Amino acid sequence: MNWMMISSAALASVIVLIPLFAIFIYLLYKGVGAINIDFLTKLPLPPGETGGGMANAIVGSAVILALASLIGVPFGIGAGIYLSEFGSGKYADGVRFTADVLNGIPSIVVGIAIYSLVVLRQGHFSALSGGIALGIMMVPTVARTTEEMLAMVPNTVREAALGLGIPHWRSTLSITLRTAASGIITGVMLAFARVAGETAPLLFTAFGNQFWNLKRDTILTQPTAALPLQIYTYAISPYDDWHRQAWAGALVLILLIVTAVTAVRIVAGHGQMRGSA
Amino acid sequence: MGLGIEVKNLNAWFSKAQVLQDIEMSIQPNKVTAIIGPSGCGKSTYVRCLNRMHETIPDARVTGDVKVGDLDVYGPDTVAVDVRRRIGMVFQKANPFPTMSIYDNVAAGLKLNGFRNRRELDEIVERSLVMSALWHEVKDVLKKKSGASLSGGQQQRLCIARALAVEPDILLMDEPASALDPISTGKIEELVFQLKEQYTVVIVTHNMQQAARVADFTGFFLMGKLIEFDRTEKIFTTPSDKRTEDYITGRFG
Repeated sequence: MNWMMISSAALASVIVLIPLFAIFIYLLYKGVGAINIDFLTKLPLPPGETGGGMANAIVGSAVILALASLIGVPFGIGAGIYLSEFGSGKYADGVRFTADVLNGIPSIVVGIAIYSLVVLRQGHFSALSGGIALGIMMVPTVARTTEEMLAMVPNTVREAALGLGIPHWRSTLSITLRTAASGIITGVMLAFARVAGETAPLLFTAFGNQFWNLKRDTILTQPTAALPLQIYTYAISPYDDWHRQAWAGALVLILLIVTAVTAVRIVAGHGQMRGSA
Repeated sequence: MGLGIEVKNLNAWFSKAQVLQDIEMSIQPNKVTAIIGPSGCGKSTYVRCLNRMHETIPDARVTGDVKVGDLDVYGPDTVAVDVRRRIGMVFQKANPFPTMSIYDNVAAGLKLNGFRNRRELDEIVERSLVMSALWHEVKDVLKKKSGASLSGGQQQRLCIARALAVEPDILLMDEPASALDPISTGKIEELVFQLKEQYTVVIVTHNMQQAARVADFTGFFLMGKLIEFDRTEKIFTTPSDKRTEDYITGRFG
């Protein structure tokens, strides 16, 4: 009986991994051929012409995601700290409930909302509105993960800090938060990876751009290219070359996300000490 | 240098339940005072009232007077954080900061209160670890090993070093050796004996023999009241109160 339990659990885990590896391997197969220096450094060419690249989309995605993180991470961690360390009662419950609901709102609805609130006011599509939309989507995941990781810090640690005469705010930031840092970073990376691939909100906010958008006065205020948008546009087009580039774009997107997550792990893991040295 | 503590009319509650009644005690400077009594008698609560840790529990309340030298612990203008810097605490279960190195653990109280001078920090860390008899065991791995990777007895000595680093006047110890093996316990007791030269120590213990070994004065608590407080030899040889005698001789525990 034990053997049956173990083997069916093992089988289930293998089945879960199959779609992941299937997608990744298929992406590699279809996309790796079209990745070259041109692809990574050149702008898209007019339809029908072969060649060109997605450089502007790669940079645009980076700009939008940086903005999203600037919004999602501080507000998310701040809310998480409040819920775990200071909040209680009805208000905190309300905050949690709101976060959970926000988490479940379809991304396209968030996009439309930001369209009305930001794009129409600005008068243009922009990386700023794209960053705001994605940042808002990051907040609930980061907040809930932060709250849960902080709750896992044993109270003895907080007591030790208080007993040393460290003010509450200081001990929350420098000791409690630091103890939970590893888990919080995981939560941030999860939220980041999720929004990195969101396309629908960007349809109404960043909108996409076939050209560079790097001048200081336009970088936040004009339509910006983004990888998911570009992949979408190319994939539904009738041109073979664009199809190949769409595959390549998808592969690049995955690789960039994996690289970002790994890099953060290495940098942040560097400063952590574990229980067993 | 050690200061004494004057406690008058101390009462404490958890919500509606009163756990300490009218405690009055004069703790002598540079001496070890033991607090003994059966489980639930209020010993830990009493000690936590001395450095204002009791009030950190939701719905907990304290009234009364606690004076340390010129510091009125519960005075209207007194900030709890300042009190805790002058009255340090070591807890029953060693609680080093898990993600910090040994060095950072000892320096935590100083660093997080704004102290920055690297060389002075190094000196204070070394001095504190020497005082808590841990220096020789960890001096080569100060920054490489984490606080939580030490053995139980070493962790507790690390917590003592951490408490001593902020140079308190008084050190409160809540059953510091109860989770340790006899050899580590012996080391801690030796430590307490040495510490009283510089500090005033109040130690809670459920182990009467420990109180007899280590303390100059002993206070016996029972159900939230201070039954008897006197020199240790007197308490353990000719106690004045029958209840003290019953507890000492093991008639109840």
